[in-house]
Amino acid sequence: MDFRLNEEQQMLQDTVARLVRGEYSFEKRLEFSETDAGFSEAFWTQLSELGLTAVPFAEELGGFGGGGVEVQSVMTELGRGLCLEPYMQSVILGGGLIDHAGNDSQKERWLTGIASGELKAAVALQEPQSFYNLKDVATRAEKSGDGYVLNGRKAVVIGGHCADLILVSARTSGDSRDTDGISLFALSPELAGVERRTYPTIDGSKGCDITLNNVEVGADALLGGEGGAGEIIEYQSGRAIAAVCAEAVGVMEMANELTLDYLKQRKQFGVPIGKFQVLQHRMVDMMSELEQARSMAILAASVADAEQSDERRRILAAAKNVIGRSGQFISENGIQSHGGIGMTWEYNFAHYAKRLIMINHQLGDDDFHLERYAGLLQAS
Amino acid sequence: MNMNYTAEELAFRNEVRAFLDEKLPADIAAKVKGFRRLTKDDHLRWQKILNAQGWYATHWPEEYGGVKWTPVQKHIWDEESCRYGVPRSIPFGVNMVAPVIIKFGNEEQKQRYLPRILSGEDWWCQGYSEPGAGSDLASLKTRAVREGDHYIVNGQKTWTTLGQHANMIFCLVRTNTEVKAQEGISFLLIDMDTPGITVRPIITLDGEHEVNEVFFEDVKVPVENLVGEEDKGWTYAKFLLTYERTGLAGIGMSKAALSHLKQLASRRIKNGRPLIEDPSFSQRIAKVEIDLTAAAISNLRIIASVEGGGVPGAESSMLKVKGTEIRQSINDLARRAIGPYAIPFVEEELDYEYDGDFLSDENAAPLTAQYFNNRKLSIFGGSNEIQKNIVSKMILGL
Ligand SMILES: Cc1cc2nc3c(=O)[nH]c(=O)nc-3n(C[C@H](O)[C@H](O)[C@H](O)COP(=O)(O)OP(=O)(O)OC[C@H]3O[C@@H](n4cnc5c(N)ncnc54)[C@H](O)[C@@H]3O)c2cc1C
Ligand SMILES: Cc1cc2nc3c(=O)[nH]c(=O)nc-3n(C[C@H](O)[C@H](O)[C@H](O)COP(=O)(O)OP(=O)(O)OC[C@H]3O[C@@H](n4cnc5c(N)ncnc54)[C@H](O)[C@@H]3O)c2cc1C
Repeated sequence: MDFRLNEEQQMLQDTVARLVRGEYSFEKRLEFSETDAGFSEAFWTQLSELGLTAVPFAEELGGFGGGGVEVQSVMTELGRGLCLEPYMQSVILGGGLIDHAGNDSQKERWLTGIASGELKAAVALQEPQSFYNLKDVATRAEKSGDGYVLNGRKAVVIGGHCADLILVSARTSGDSRDTDGISLFALSPELAGVERRTYPTIDGSKGCDITLNNVEVGADALLGGEGGAGEIIEYQSGRAIAAVCAEAVGVMEMANELTLDYLKQRKQFGVPIGKFQVLQHRMVDMMSELEQARSMAILAASVADAEQSDERRRILAAAKNVIGRSGQFISENGIQSHGGIGMTWEYNFAHYAKRLIMINHQLGDDDFHLERYAGLLQAS
Repeated sequence: MNMNYTAEELAFRNEVRAFLDEKLPADIAAKVKGFRRLTKDDHLRWQKILNAQGWYATHWPEEYGGVKWTPVQKHIWDEESCRYGVPRSIPFGVNMVAPVIIKFGNEEQKQRYLPRILSGEDWWCQGYSEPGAGSDLASLKTRAVREGDHYIVNGQKTWTTLGQHANMIFCLVRTNTEVKAQEGISFLLIDMDTPGITVRPIITLDGEHEVNEVFFEDVKVPVENLVGEEDKGWTYAKFLLTYERTGLAGIGMSKAALSHLKQLASRRIKNGRPLIEDPSFSQRIAKVEIDLTAAAISNLRIIASVEGGGVPGAESSMLKVKGTEIRQSINDLARRAIGPYAIPFVEEELDYEYDGDFLSDENAAPLTAQYFNNRKLSIFGGSNEIQKNIVSKMILGL
């Protein structure tokens, strides 16, 4: 057992760290957030020029076949910078779904672009009633001639407002919440009948809800076999969970560093507030929450690309549960330790605090994953 | 021991209900219940109605236009008004500076300021905190130097809630630097239109403009605006803080928020069923409701133990901690109840006038912002850590 990164992994992490430090000051981030895209196109280009958008893909696609640990290295640094780019959505989840389910011509058509960063994908798997259950799919795809007609509504698609390609889950058969009968379609948002309602998110990026009104797609839009996408979606969202856990660790690292600095700097009653034992113990708790989270992010990364099993499911549910709880702990206690200043827009800590809470609402919160884990409990 | 209301108390409750049924404007109640933004005008409109009824100033003696309610009557009012969606009363004039003026002010100050508070002519804000003086309030540095008939004030206040609406600010200022910190503070009433005052917004993490920085540069304040004696301001300030703390348990507001949460959870769907029927979520709601029941009774016990309508002592610190924790956990659950829809920030839906489609639930848009905003509850009015320091010192003798 060895918990260290190998030389290449370390180089990868250093590369991202350097880029983020150079390009992603807090002030710049606020500007990126205000743009129509809600992130920096220029930074995205830099990511792709350094080959980072190709990290998880095969060498033929310009990638270097990176697994969970490589993805973790990238995501943690993006988390430290509170980066707004849709890396998880497009590269990890979008790219992962096409890589997993697509045929050769679909991969050539879309995956090459995702890997090179020229094409941005968004993933529309949730629905207004689905809560976090990705098998709760009410959107319908009816066979029509060679292709399909899609009707339904997709919820909270981060990056969907400016994506070039949207991956949509829709039911071709079965009842809502059946694993069987879910199919996956890749469609252009420009198609007739695709309506988007765009909004900012509370943590500074942008997304949309998507209504599909008789959207006609050809047979080549179907990714994988008809009705067989349920398990693919589950598997790939597991990879996305591992990625988001790694991001959260980066966010927590920064949140803790900022809080610790503040405890040393801020004086009340003639002493740094870090002299008060209640704040010392709280900071210790925040540190151990981070370490719990880091351990689970590492564990999640180690199974992200493993074959599907109940063990993999359990680990990913456990990781997301821990991340949700420790994220909320660090967010709330970090604000509290700062006092009023921790609640202000102009100070970066508040933005880390918000991101941590919102990560809990992505891909299932701690309650949802606790339930999943309980459902997979082993008797001994 | 009798946990039931007396006949008179029940009659009072009916009177309160009849009044609210008849007089509370429907648009204002809808905004409050849906957590929409209230304007300054909404507050003033409601204040006029309340004042006409003689129910605006519940801490004041009758001779100044107050109403003499027993602690239980105050409690009934709190419960009913929160249930009906009455706007939170802006406390800085009626519940903060007024009790100080009544107890320590001179006759002229009473005659001048109290009627203007009742009528809504003056909107007050609180100038206590400074960038360097938060929990350690007594370390405040804003200077007031006497020159003839005036004090010349220089310095900065911060976190001034709704200072953008205010025309008056009550300030703690340093008038003596030679003595112990607490002994050189004075309590000044300052007209916000005086030259040399600048108000700058502070935007909070939820994007709202609720607090401000207030800068003072050679601001001339007439000496008749000094309350009580020079250098005795700390005594008045502490007197005021006990008033501030009593309201901060927010039991009525928690009850309203809980009822809102239960309605929301009945509308939201999880696994094809209403969220409120979900075993784990309903248990989470149940737990906070049980905590709230206990806190409500503690609140009543403490209120009832105070003789003659005064204010409770260090016990209210305990209530403030519990009460704010409960409100924050209700906000936490409300955000959880909307699942992925906690992420979008659909600002237009915060406006009562908004008449488009709601992205998810008609009351979803403010929930995440409110969760973040209410992190303030454990910070202001004396942080919860400071409240615990007070309890351990004053009650436990540690
Ligand atoms: C089952 C058991 C086995 C033990 N085995 C051994 C052994 O093999 N060898 C040995 O030498 N000792 C042993 N101990 C003793 C043990 O190390 C002491 O109990 C321990 O150091 C605490 O000391 P105390 O009991 O005097 O409590 P105190 O030191 O009096 O502490 C009382 C409380 O005050 C708190 N406290 C004290 N100081 C501070 C501070 N600065 N800040 C915040 N809180 C503080 C403590 O955390 C505790 O909650 C054993 C104790 C137990 C219970
Ligand atoms: C939304 C909002 C509205 C406000 N409105 C007003 C207003 O209208 N007027 C006004 O005057 N003020 C207002 N305040 C200011 C408020 O009273 C202060 O924020 C509060 O007193 C805490 O001070 P601080 O923010 O400087 O934090 P600090 O005092 O710097 O505290 C930072 C942390 O240290 C802890 N700490 C400090 N001292 C101790 C100690 N001795 N022991 C243990 N822990 C300690 C605190 O609990 C906190 O966790 C408002 C604040 C907020 C957030």
